[in-house]
Amino acid sequence: MSNVIGIGAAPKRKEDQRFLTGRGNYVSDIKIPGMTAGVFVRSPHGHAVLRGIDKTAALALPGVIAILTGEDVAADGLGTLPCGWGISNAQGVPMKEPPFPVLAQGKVRFVGDMVALVIAETPEQANAAADLLDIDYEVLPAVVGVLDAVAPGAPQLFDDIPNNICCDWELGDKAAVEAAFRKAAHIAKLSLVNNRLIGNPMEPRAAVADYNPGTGQHALWTTSQFPHVVRTLMSGLVLKVPEHKVRVVAPDVGGGFGVKQFHYGEEAALAWAAKRVMRPVKWVASRSEGYLSDRHGRDHVTEAELALDETGKFLAFRVKTLANMGGYLSTFGPNIPTNLYAPLLGGVYTTPAIYCNVKVVFTNTVPVDAYRGAGRPEATFVLERMVDVAAAEMGIDRVEIRRRNMIPKEAYPYQTPVLVQYDSGDPMGCLDGALAAADVAGFGARKAESARRGKFRGLGYSTYVEACGLAPSRFAGRLGARGGLYESATVRVHPGGQVTVLIGTHNHGQGHETTFAQIVSEKLGVAFDNVDIVFGDTDRVQFGMGTYGSRSLVVGGAALSKAADKVIVKGKKIAAHLLETSEQDIHFEAGKFSVAGTDRVKTFEEIAGAAYVPHNYPLEVLEPGLEEQAYYDPVNFTYPGGCHICEVEIDPETGVVQLLNYTAVDDVGTVINPMIVEGQLHGGIVQGVGQALFENAVYDDGSGQLLSGSLMDYCMPRADHMPMMNIATHSTLCTHTPMGVKGCGEVGTIGSPAAVINAVVDALSHLGVTHVDMPATPNRIWRLLQNASLPIAAE
Amino acid sequence: MKSFAYHQPSQVPEAARLLGALEDSKIVAGGMTLIPTLKQRLAAPPALIDLSKLPGLSGIKDEGPTITIGAMTRHADVARSAMLAERLPALATLASLIGDPAVRNRGTIGGSVANNDPSADYPAAVLGLGATVVTNIRDIPADQYFVGLFETALQPGEIITAIRFPVPLKAGYAKFKAPASRYALVGVFVAQFTDGVRVAVTGAGPGVFRVPPMEQALAQHFDPSAIAAIKIDTEGLTSDIHAEADYRAHLVTVMAKRAVDAALS
Ligand SMILES: Cc1cc2nc3c(=O)[nH]c(=O)nc-3n(C[C@H](O)[C@H](O)[C@H](O)COP(=O)(O)OP(=O)(O)OC[C@H]3O[C@@H](n4cnc5c(N)ncnc54)[C@H](O)[C@@H]3O)c2cc1C
Repeated sequence: MSNVIGIGAAPKRKEDQRFLTGRGNYVSDIKIPGMTAGVFVRSPHGHAVLRGIDKTAALALPGVIAILTGEDVAADGLGTLPCGWGISNAQGVPMKEPPFPVLAQGKVRFVGDMVALVIAETPEQANAAADLLDIDYEVLPAVVGVLDAVAPGAPQLFDDIPNNICCDWELGDKAAVEAAFRKAAHIAKLSLVNNRLIGNPMEPRAAVADYNPGTGQHALWTTSQFPHVVRTLMSGLVLKVPEHKVRVVAPDVGGGFGVKQFHYGEEAALAWAAKRVMRPVKWVASRSEGYLSDRHGRDHVTEAELALDETGKFLAFRVKTLANMGGYLSTFGPNIPTNLYAPLLGGVYTTPAIYCNVKVVFTNTVPVDAYRGAGRPEATFVLERMVDVAAAEMGIDRVEIRRRNMIPKEAYPYQTPVLVQYDSGDPMGCLDGALAAADVAGFGARKAESARRGKFRGLGYSTYVEACGLAPSRFAGRLGARGGLYESATVRVHPGGQVTVLIGTHNHGQGHETTFAQIVSEKLGVAFDNVDIVFGDTDRVQFGMGTYGSRSLVVGGAALSKAADKVIVKGKKIAAHLLETSEQDIHFEAGKFSVAGTDRVKTFEEIAGAAYVPHNYPLEVLEPGLEEQAYYDPVNFTYPGGCHICEVEIDPETGVVQLLNYTAVDDVGTVINPMIVEGQLHGGIVQGVGQALFENAVYDDGSGQLLSGSLMDYCMPRADHMPMMNIATHSTLCTHTPMGVKGCGEVGTIGSPAAVINAVVDALSHLGVTHVDMPATPNRIWRLLQNASLPIAAE
Repeated sequence: MKSFAYHQPSQVPEAARLLGALEDSKIVAGGMTLIPTLKQRLAAPPALIDLSKLPGLSGIKDEGPTITIGAMTRHADVARSAMLAERLPALATLASLIGDPAVRNRGTIGGSVANNDPSADYPAAVLGLGATVVTNIRDIPADQYFVGLFETALQPGEIITAIRFPVPLKAGYAKFKAPASRYALVGVFVAQFTDGVRVAVTGAGPGVFRVPPMEQALAQHFDPSAIAAIKIDTEGLTSDIHAEADYRAHLVTVMAKRAVDAALS
């Protein structure tokens, strides 16, 4: 078959044809006759009692159709926004789960909390009415940082949640860790902050809602990474309408990074409002509105301690973290700093005892939830910084201390003391590959050259592992997941042999339409151009959990692979009939069904044709048609990882950190499309660099105002911040996914912040600097240099 | 954005008349500052007067001891002017450091100077060169033009038509870009004339200002070493989430040295 483009090839991305020629179809492109404009009125206060809303003046403006508030939501009996995970403390006491109303009721708890939905004929009219809405707030003091929020006397967000603590969670054998610390030769300590981030997908969030009274059908177009989950949560728990009466479509979506993998109040409010006003309603967020309402990421304060023996072997690791949840629990909120964090604290090392305590804390800030990497970058940052601190204190080379503690390739599968069992990996191989690729041997000469120019050069390592391919449902259920985490795919073979795949993951930049088509092309021997991938519409695709947690290829691709296998099994039955032999004698390869040991052959197209025109067909035992569906529930997480090496140069006069070289050698299992893997690595690394050097969401304590409220004040990494990156893979195959894949969507973001900061600290270590918090801004570096214990001088 | 009336006059006096006649109307030049404020509904003028069709407001003229740049001249045209590269390269460099290509292709020198953003680049050149702001009714010397935060000596309805720059012996501009916005966190313009040196700082405070101690030191010895030890008082400097006042003060000295270096190279 011509034009088979299979696993390992790097065809150009199918989807780019429409994106690059302006033929994409995004939510804001959608127009429905009679469509109205929705504008959300948001709290300007971080914390306030909502005393009353006077709609009179606003309602009198021309074009205004309705103004809906929390009272209307309550009157219509809507449910509150559900949290998809319920965690518990060590005694089994469930987390505090305060209601998260669709529109605020009684109180507002962050700047951006939704107070009203204004619907008018045009956006201008809706905005004008929003400006006139008279809202009476009794402003309360706001608390924005976790340390302040748990302090005595802090403002309390909820009357029944003392000290703002949602859950005091823990994992690991505390007693074993304490025992190990008692016999340690050295104990290294580190306090750090994991900065708060805003996801910044290119396309802001948007939604269009419609209701058809003739069918009782709700339709919602939304910028979502998981339309089926939005449908399930919104229909059953918020709108309280039967699931089959709700259609959710996430068409082309311009990036997500986690920001679009939650069920947002805007979605439910618009779907409900469309029925109330019997008109379609459209809402499109501005960038600034997104900053005040998109779920943020990270925001931890952590104390870590590592116990080592005299040779530098890790004996035990103890981590205490305060994690910011914001004003309410978002869809995955409490899961991120707990289940997706603590189990990764073993890293690629043989540390026998680990204990982690996480206090999950409410503050007057936007709810915090998953952002690319979600929990795992935080864990990697703590661990990889800790390793460098310990190495420096014990006078052991940073690479050597990693080698002494690394899990050897032969030791896999490897059971960690914190729940997870790594199936495969070769961290030492990744490390060796990266050391060579980064020319670490030549670093001394480069550093001396920098010094001649008065600059400080540093090198940083991060050897890490993450858990992705979310997730084995039963395991997740034990950890508190309230839903399943499998994936589904249908392979629909058309009478002419072309294939449409209907899959429950969602493509919003990752190149799934290409990667998945390659899998089908390879497995069925069908031309790459004859495979289309359909996703994002609950009326077209059977079911799915969507795209996040580097799960699409790992879990969705596995479902697709299984469904394709079922097509082959059925094809063999049809071929056996046509070739008048038994099924066991049929051999399928490269798009051809043949009788083993003969030249008797039926092509894939002929079999498809026979299935749909079943004149010569075993109708007594086989149904016509050629369409198969599979659901796949993974047996374990997958564990991609690798070694990142970053080289920086610091200008001591200004404190500017410049990235000079970046090397990543990652184990992502089987590579389906190397170009796409490299692209995912590039994007992921840049986001990690963004966290390490530039990005910071800053709230004003007391008022709760977001000070970094626009791109003028929130610094995103830019192309000119980056050197050419040196990306390679060193893969071991996953032992439990059908194709050996491990996933690559988040590795870049997970490995990189530690590599960058370790390089920055290395560059400044001769001045006695032992830690730099993120982001390592010029001001922060300059301040460290001012306070440095040694005089500033290039070595 | 709220709706507004739009006027495109063809003569400066007509533009001035419209500005006077239409209450709360505003000039739009490149729109790079004004349009975002309209979009965010921070301003809602009932009418905009577009200067883009006025004759003679655009272009760069070499007049020997001075160079005059029309108010509607785009940053990109200043950045790539061969004449400026020869006669006043520091100004072309400054323009090339403003924003991004889209902003430079739309934004104008008149708009920037009228707006007087405390972090904008042009005010440093206008004050550092001791330029003259030419309006439809008068000439305003730079030292009297910049009044405060977004405040200038312009009267309501007054239109900048050009900026007239004296040509120095040497000049240099060094900009430390604010990490997020890439406006000047601190920008220093240094110019050497036969009768003295001028040093103007943008970004560091609520408005552009001169640094007399540096001017005196450089007049003695036009070299970075002459000002390396001169520290700026943090009093009155801006402190925000991007940079604290003492860091800004430190950067003034660093950027001033680099501006002198640039002037010498
Ligand atoms: C993304 C971005 C990045 C930027 N980065 C920088 C930067 O790095 N450095 C920098 O200096 N600037 C920067 N700017 C601002 C840019 O230089 C603007 O172009 C400039 O500030 C305003 O010029 P304009 O022609 O666009 O004016 P407009 O936006 O049209 O007008 C601005 C104001 O000036 C008034 N006005 C305009 N022309 C006249 C006139 N002739 N007489 C009287 N009043 C007038 C208007 O009424 C309005 O109030 C940036 C802007 C953007 C959008």
